[in-house]
Amino acid sequence: MSSPDTKAEEIVEDPIESQEELIIDETRNAFVTSIATDLGSDFIDSHVVPEIDVWIRVTQEAWLETAKILFEKHEMSFFNFLSAIDWMPSPFGREMDAAIDNLDDEVSVETEMEWGITGGEKRFQLLARVHNPVTNLGVNVKADLEGDFPEVETWTPVYPGANWHEREVMEMFGISFKNHPNMVNLYLPTEFEGHPLRKDFPLLSRRAKPWPGIVDVELMPGEDDDDTEESGEET
Amino acid sequence: MNLEASTQQLSYIANQASDARVNIELETEGMTLNLGPQHPATHGTLRIIVRLDGEQVVSAEPVMGYMHRGYEKLTEVRTYPQVTTLVNRIDWLGSFANEVPFILAAERLMEVEAPPRAQWIRTALFELSRIANVVLFLGDMAVQLGATTPVFYAFRDREFVLNQIESVTGGRFHPNFDRIGGIKDDLPKGWIQETKDVLSRIHSFCDEMEDLVVGNEIFQTRTRGIGIIPADTGLAYGLSGANIRSSGVDWDLRRDGGVGLIHDQLDWKVWTHPDGDSFARYWVRLQEVRESCKMVSQILDGIPSGPIMAKVPRIIKVPPGEAYVETENPLGIMGYYIISKGDLVPYRVKIRSASFNNVSITPWVLKGVYVPDVISILASLYFILGDIDR
Repeated sequence: MSSPDTKAEEIVEDPIESQEELIIDETRNAFVTSIATDLGSDFIDSHVVPEIDVWIRVTQEAWLETAKILFEKHEMSFFNFLSAIDWMPSPFGREMDAAIDNLDDEVSVETEMEWGITGGEKRFQLLARVHNPVTNLGVNVKADLEGDFPEVETWTPVYPGANWHEREVMEMFGISFKNHPNMVNLYLPTEFEGHPLRKDFPLLSRRAKPWPGIVDVELMPGEDDDDTEESGEET
Repeated sequence: MNLEASTQQLSYIANQASDARVNIELETEGMTLNLGPQHPATHGTLRIIVRLDGEQVVSAEPVMGYMHRGYEKLTEVRTYPQVTTLVNRIDWLGSFANEVPFILAAERLMEVEAPPRAQWIRTALFELSRIANVVLFLGDMAVQLGATTPVFYAFRDREFVLNQIESVTGGRFHPNFDRIGGIKDDLPKGWIQETKDVLSRIHSFCDEMEDLVVGNEIFQTRTRGIGIIPADTGLAYGLSGANIRSSGVDWDLRRDGGVGLIHDQLDWKVWTHPDGDSFARYWVRLQEVRESCKMVSQILDGIPSGPIMAKVPRIIKVPPGEAYVETENPLGIMGYYIISKGDLVPYRVKIRSASFNNVSITPWVLKGVYVPDVISILASLYFILGDIDR
């Protein structure tokens, strides 16, 4: 019953996609040009997905400056979140996954991600998002951080809501924030060693008891597979 | 508009004044009071260390982590369909709503769109979980202020909503029903009529609460003018959902965000309140339940036929890229920032949960208030500890 409909939909999808590439998002482009001129050489890169989202990447030194410009000039008064990304490939690789998940490895080879949406050459990257509730424009801000235990200016003077987020980033990634009012652990006990969200922090439960793997994939409704269940579903 | 602004201004000045007063009185001998780690309405385990000067709060410091489950780490070793099982447990009162932004973000990366029927059913369940969540709040805010009756009504009427969610998804609290490309199953027979009956029950529940709680003089004295959050402060702290709308910010992602759900095809209204106090937060939520009922009944009438699942591969691999999708969940804005490297598992998932930001304002808003008002403010901010600790 369902398969003819889905097929029809797939055919329609293609022209829509090619149209989307032609859409020029003037608001977001104007925003990027404006902030690029304000930041000058501290502005590294940007990426706009028309009508959906915008990313900007700035230098570590201009982190606080960016927040000020976003808050004062672009009226991004809503602080959404602040976090970090560890771009180091996990030293455990797929070791922690079950063998059955690695069967089709040729597909799951790590594809090189180009910047625009992703990261630079450094290991750590800060990621924050602020929003303008009036024009409903949100922006993702990224900054590459130098070193294994980087230090960066705090956003709390501009966005007081960043306080807890920065404490979380500090304990989870080992990134400290200069001039932060209260730089102590948020979730973890004070004596906790290590930074859990770093890729080289092993997930001990997974090591103690390996995951059984995808042994029981549920059949999606309307999926044509050569299983016998499918014929039952179709009728 | 001008009047609104000046009200905000005045409340801000009043707060500043109370700050200053507390600072002067710091010299007297203080006392430390430990609230928790039990939440009065068992929304989890939050501990607040309050330093008191007489009856007034000098400083309040929430202590979290009693329920931290490390979901951001766990998602890195789970396949995409397995992640929905985890994120169900973030805000356990409106579980289905937690799955939706994650699935939408994965769909955006895969460039899949759910068929219309799936989107309508999704929206219906999304709004039903909002009703289930907020109906409980309406009763339990009253119980935290000392009125025991409303909470029994709330539990009673929430059960009918949960029954409807259960009969579609099979899970009372943890549906795990949303799939990349659609939903797991179609609606059961007779569900639409049953849900209509439930909605009329919820409507009368709202009327009842309006009489019992909102119209109650004691409730009004304990909430009006208590815990005022000016709009700009609330925004800078990242307050979202009804908490920020009750400070007069007219911003609702269901209307303004417009991803994947069909709220833009329905006729409804975003309620705001200019006061920004505990009363406003209760009142706005009460109106939102009514709006949700309105939305669900429109969905029930207009739900299109067709498939409930788009064409997706059996083993889901998400193409490399990054996407951030947020939706207006019962507690506020919830979003997932997914980074994929083209693998079976996400490379990193940042979970932006509403309560984390909503509670981060407590040190600011609790400063200078009296001890009984602490409870009123915490109750009206409405957080769920699973949503803070993740």
